[in-house]
Amino acid sequence: MSLSSPPADRQKGSAYPKLWLIAAIIASLLVSQFVHLNPYFSIVVINIGINIILAVSLNLVNGYTGQFSLGHAGFMAIGAYSAAAVTSFGGARWFDSLGGVNNATTTSLFIVALTIGGLAAALAGLIVGVPSLRLKGDYLAIATLGFGEIIRVIIQNTETMGGSRGFSVSGIYTTIFWTYTVAAITVYVVVNLVNSAYGRGFLTVRDDEIAAEAIGVNTTKYKVVAFVLASFFAGIAGGLYAHFIGYLTPEGFGFMKSIEIIVMVILGGMGNTVGVIFAAVLLTILPEVLRPVQEYRMVIYSLMLIILMLTRPQGLFGGITWRRPAWLRKKRTPVEDGNPA
Amino acid sequence: METLLDLRECTVQFGGLTAVSALSLQIGPNDLVGLIGPNGAGKTTVFNVITGIYTPTSGTITLAGNSIVGRKASAIAARGIARTFQNIRLFPSLSVYDNVRAAFTMRLRHGIAHALWRGKPFLKEEREIKEQVLEILAIFQLEKARKVSCKSLSYGDQRRLEIVRALATRPKLLLLDEPAAGMNPREKGDLMKLIQFVKQKFSIAVLLVEHDMKVVMGICQRIAVLDYGVKIAEGTPAEIQKNPKVIEAYLGEETVKA
Ligand SMILES: Nc1ncnc2c1ncn2[C@@H]1O[C@H](COP(=O)(O)OP(=O)(O)OP(=O)(O)O)[C@@H](O)[C@H]1O
Ligand SMILES: [Mg+2]
Repeated sequence: MSLSSPPADRQKGSAYPKLWLIAAIIASLLVSQFVHLNPYFSIVVINIGINIILAVSLNLVNGYTGQFSLGHAGFMAIGAYSAAAVTSFGGARWFDSLGGVNNATTTSLFIVALTIGGLAAALAGLIVGVPSLRLKGDYLAIATLGFGEIIRVIIQNTETMGGSRGFSVSGIYTTIFWTYTVAAITVYVVVNLVNSAYGRGFLTVRDDEIAAEAIGVNTTKYKVVAFVLASFFAGIAGGLYAHFIGYLTPEGFGFMKSIEIIVMVILGGMGNTVGVIFAAVLLTILPEVLRPVQEYRMVIYSLMLIILMLTRPQGLFGGITWRRPAWLRKKRTPVEDGNPA
Repeated sequence: METLLDLRECTVQFGGLTAVSALSLQIGPNDLVGLIGPNGAGKTTVFNVITGIYTPTSGTITLAGNSIVGRKASAIAARGIARTFQNIRLFPSLSVYDNVRAAFTMRLRHGIAHALWRGKPFLKEEREIKEQVLEILAIFQLEKARKVSCKSLSYGDQRRLEIVRALATRPKLLLLDEPAAGMNPREKGDLMKLIQFVKQKFSIAVLLVEHDMKVVMGICQRIAVLDYGVKIAEGTPAEIQKNPKVIEAYLGEETVKA
């Protein structure tokens, strides 16, 4: 309940969001260690986690900053291929120089690969974002869509990365623990950022760029920061995906994947992190649940989307303000005081 | 007295249309200057060019001696020019409180990392901002309404909130674009007091665009008149009311007699 307005701002409780983060990481470690899911379930669970990272990060751009990006899968692709390149081409030397394959060396290699994946995507986000974020609305959507397709074509023609045949990733390192640790960090960063003075900057850009500039908000800077940060997390999600699925094809990162993430953001309610997390869970599970009715699967999936959008146009959780239960609400927080109830 | 804002031979063209033509205008640090003229005379365009939304086709604009031509609107706001808009531009999804709070974004001292870590610097500054917002809301009797969405305020209160938000950026110069539009006579009277109060209390300069002559003549020390982008007169309210060019172009015989 506290995700959209973390009880963070209480002076005494300034450790709260950090505790949430640590709790989430420990929980994912415990699940990873002690809950033995059958392979099918753990695939679904990891997929959910990856989609949470993608949707929550995209929400920073599309929801909170109001910039319609259609290129998220492109950044995911950059992260996936960069991270896969690190483990596949650098893995042997890493293990040689650090004394063989063991828990510590694979873990450190994986962290390095994910970080490089994230940074590569963030760099691409900067290069793409600076010129294209000048565009508004539909034009930005088309520019980012174009970017995503360009990335796909570049990968198709990069023979070292398997081209259109695909690329076999050398290690399956992604676990529930890693996926949900990254997901928790993503949620932590987005929620805390949005519920801060900087977060208000993003919201003003979304609401009215001219008015935002008039009160001194550098709208270009805010848009680029949102875009680069979202790209970074999409890149890490790509790295997780690569070392989970084991085989990358450029088609996996097409425009349909971007749409899939956008649907999660819209369905969850633009600019509502809790809603977006629920939507990511729901939309990952839904196709699995519908597996038995193979031939009608996509029809039912689409119909449900249409019905949901007709009945809840603000998104599943849009328009709902989350309030802390009374026992947590006693003291007024210095920062939240004044938000619309 | 030295000038705060200095426009020299400022021209703004849109394609073939000259919206502002070689305008020169000086405003001192604590002046209250009116800018009047018929519809389409170029008043809002003057505001837009001062605040960096448009770049002048030619001419210079300096603020406290430094050129602001070609700077981003946000950079000009940071240098001390705040404004309101003819068509109110509040942040519709934010509460009254957050609309004002947003005005503190540009001078944040803690970095983005502190915002994520939520340690002392973050909490301390958020607390300071809160105190300042509540203080300024109280001055303008908006503190009771702070939690409501800004959209649910009355038209007059929305205009006032926009002024409060502008003041929260701690400007040296405040530009008001038709603040009395849509207000009833009582609200207009309050507004006149408010503008004079703001000028004294925050010791700022004010440039006021307004069609209501009672308001303009009542509070401005000096008035400039635009017609088709050209400044046709400048002087005290008494001088402007008598000026035949102004009467012909804008005021008309009626207003002057009334
Ligand atoms: N962005 C623009 N592009 C083209 N023409 C414009 C633009 N902005 C203003 N104009 C034109 O410039 C002229 C001056 O407009 P402006 O809005 O400054 O007038 P105004 O004095 O504020 O009028 P009003 O009293 O109706 O608000 C008008 O003819 C208007 O159509
Ligand atoms: Mg105007």
